[in-house]
Amino acid sequence: MDPSSLHVVVNTNKNKGSKPVDPSLLLQHFINAMQWGSFLALIAVGYTMVYGVLLLINFAHGDIFMVGAYVGYFIGTFLLNGFDVQLPWDLPSWVVIPVTIVLTMFFTAIVGVALERIAYRPMRMRGAHRLYLVITALMAGIFLEYANLATLGARDRQFPTLFDKTVYNFAGISITNVKILVILLSVVFMAILWFIVQRTKWGMAMRAISYDRLVVPLMGISVDNIIVVTFIIGSSMAALAGIMYGTAFPILSFDMGLFVGWQAFIAAVVGGIGSIRGAMAGGYILGFTQIMVAAFLPSTYRDLIAFSVLLLILVVKPTGLFGVARRTKV
Amino acid sequence: MPLVIAIVFLITVVPSWLGVYSGYYQFVLMLIGINITLTVSLNLINGYMGEFSVGHAAFMGAGAYVASIINVYLLADSNFFGQARIAPGWSILIFPISLILGGIAASLFSLLVAFPSFRTRGDYLAIITLAVNFIFKSVIENIDKIGGPRGFMGMGGVVKAMQDVINIPWVMIWVFIVMVFSIYIVRNLVSSIMGKGIVAIRDDEIAAELMTVNTRRMKVIAFMLACGLAGMAGGLHAHAVSFINPSSYFIIQSTFMLVMVYLGGMGSLSGSVISAVLFTILLELMKPLGLYRFVVIPVLFILLMLLRPSGLMGNRELSDIFPPLRKFFGTAEERISHVPASD
Repeated sequence: MDPSSLHVVVNTNKNKGSKPVDPSLLLQHFINAMQWGSFLALIAVGYTMVYGVLLLINFAHGDIFMVGAYVGYFIGTFLLNGFDVQLPWDLPSWVVIPVTIVLTMFFTAIVGVALERIAYRPMRMRGAHRLYLVITALMAGIFLEYANLATLGARDRQFPTLFDKTVYNFAGISITNVKILVILLSVVFMAILWFIVQRTKWGMAMRAISYDRLVVPLMGISVDNIIVVTFIIGSSMAALAGIMYGTAFPILSFDMGLFVGWQAFIAAVVGGIGSIRGAMAGGYILGFTQIMVAAFLPSTYRDLIAFSVLLLILVVKPTGLFGVARRTKV
Repeated sequence: MPLVIAIVFLITVVPSWLGVYSGYYQFVLMLIGINITLTVSLNLINGYMGEFSVGHAAFMGAGAYVASIINVYLLADSNFFGQARIAPGWSILIFPISLILGGIAASLFSLLVAFPSFRTRGDYLAIITLAVNFIFKSVIENIDKIGGPRGFMGMGGVVKAMQDVINIPWVMIWVFIVMVFSIYIVRNLVSSIMGKGIVAIRDDEIAAELMTVNTRRMKVIAFMLACGLAGMAGGLHAHAVSFINPSSYFIIQSTFMLVMVYLGGMGSLSGSVISAVLFTILLELMKPLGLYRFVVIPVLFILLMLLRPSGLMGNRELSDIFPPLRKFFGTAEERISHVPASD
């Protein structure tokens, strides 16, 4: 065949909808959706657990996620000699990563418990109406955001690179080891959480409080201690999400809690607030919805889609997918 | 009541007219008037009806954008729309019409919240109203023709067109008129039969429904009225600041409105007025703190929730504390019978 007689056929198909979908592109979107869904699921779990024990939507949880990311930034940068402080040892990355994760979870849990002790517990002690508790939660969230903005300044921080990114290319898609690590760690920690909730006494107490909180103290369980444990677990999960978010998207800003936290909240509501299984499922469902929609629409619509989904769910099935409607006596 | 209006007019509008107050004081006075309108309208939903709406800034923003776009399109030369389309002489008439259209747009937008409120209450309605904040911001950011996230301006030209006709502080006058109008309408609504229905929804919605209160109709009326007033306030705010962007009508502004309502006391009109004045002045006084303002205010509010959750006035009115004032502020029925209209 004479090469000069070959014609190159260009696909000028203008109608986007009828474009044949590339399977490797779809797989790429799938991996991205799994990663994004992992972030949402980890944070959503925190919202749901606090709602289960306190019947309070902890609007400040998104900002706890932000605190976790920033704490991870400070600890990671410190351990990697980023602050011009020469440490007496030079740590290899396989030590830095777990140390950073553990320390960040620890300090973020302290922030979460402090929030509960300072803001929520006094109101509960006074028997305040739940409305005032919700307002307090909103205010606590705003306090955290603007405390960050005021003290650390408006300059966005760069999350330290805790390990080198390697890109794997196969079957036409590229995956970074970051994405794999995010998905793996999320699944592992959610499995640990599931184990805690289903198989330990603390978990049983948490579930008991969400069924009938008046009876639990009668059974010899200290509700206050269980609430503290709930906040510790929820904040740790959010801190983990913060570190991984910082690794995947290294720019940190003071309103990332607003940005990501709210979507995680929608995920918790979609899954049914109060149900941990629902929060995990909701995280991945919302993640998939957003990534798939962003694949076909401009990405500036992502927030709009997320919140429209929320509105739709709340109107059609307010209890979410796995939630159980609460009965109130008239 | 007309006496009080006249006194306030003399203190605020006339000196601004004569140029006694500096531009900054005039701006703060306008802000106080706008905040009073917003607080009174939000009090109708949060206080009298007992719902939990955290999205009021979105409706303010809807009114702001609609009114600004109409005015800038018609009356001012701008980078967005080109030359002014109508002679400046008409601006005096077009300005109030555009405010009203902004209010109507905000009312229609509020149906997005009113209809879900039929089935959900409490926490879930709070989520919906917060979502409305995000939806509004997202929608405006996606419309590039009016600037998107970069913001919209040109209102200065509109005000200038009005002042070319007669040089008086137009925006302040309209702020004053809208403020008086909103207090009047909300006060009349809550002391009417419909108002009793609205308060009944707060006390016990199911019992109200049983007692032939059409709760759906009440909710729609309350939401549309309150958000319409907020939209008009938003239109005025846009012309007072001359530059708006989607972040000017977002969560922090909704939060401030919430603070003003709960500071004044749910269900207290005089409380709303007092707390709006106090809060606006407090916010301006704290300007030297810079960004730490937004750190101090949430802390103060949490303390308020701890120590006096019912707010400054609880659900009483000024005329409950000082009965002789009923002669000035009361409705006609109160003036005759010396008994508060609703308790």
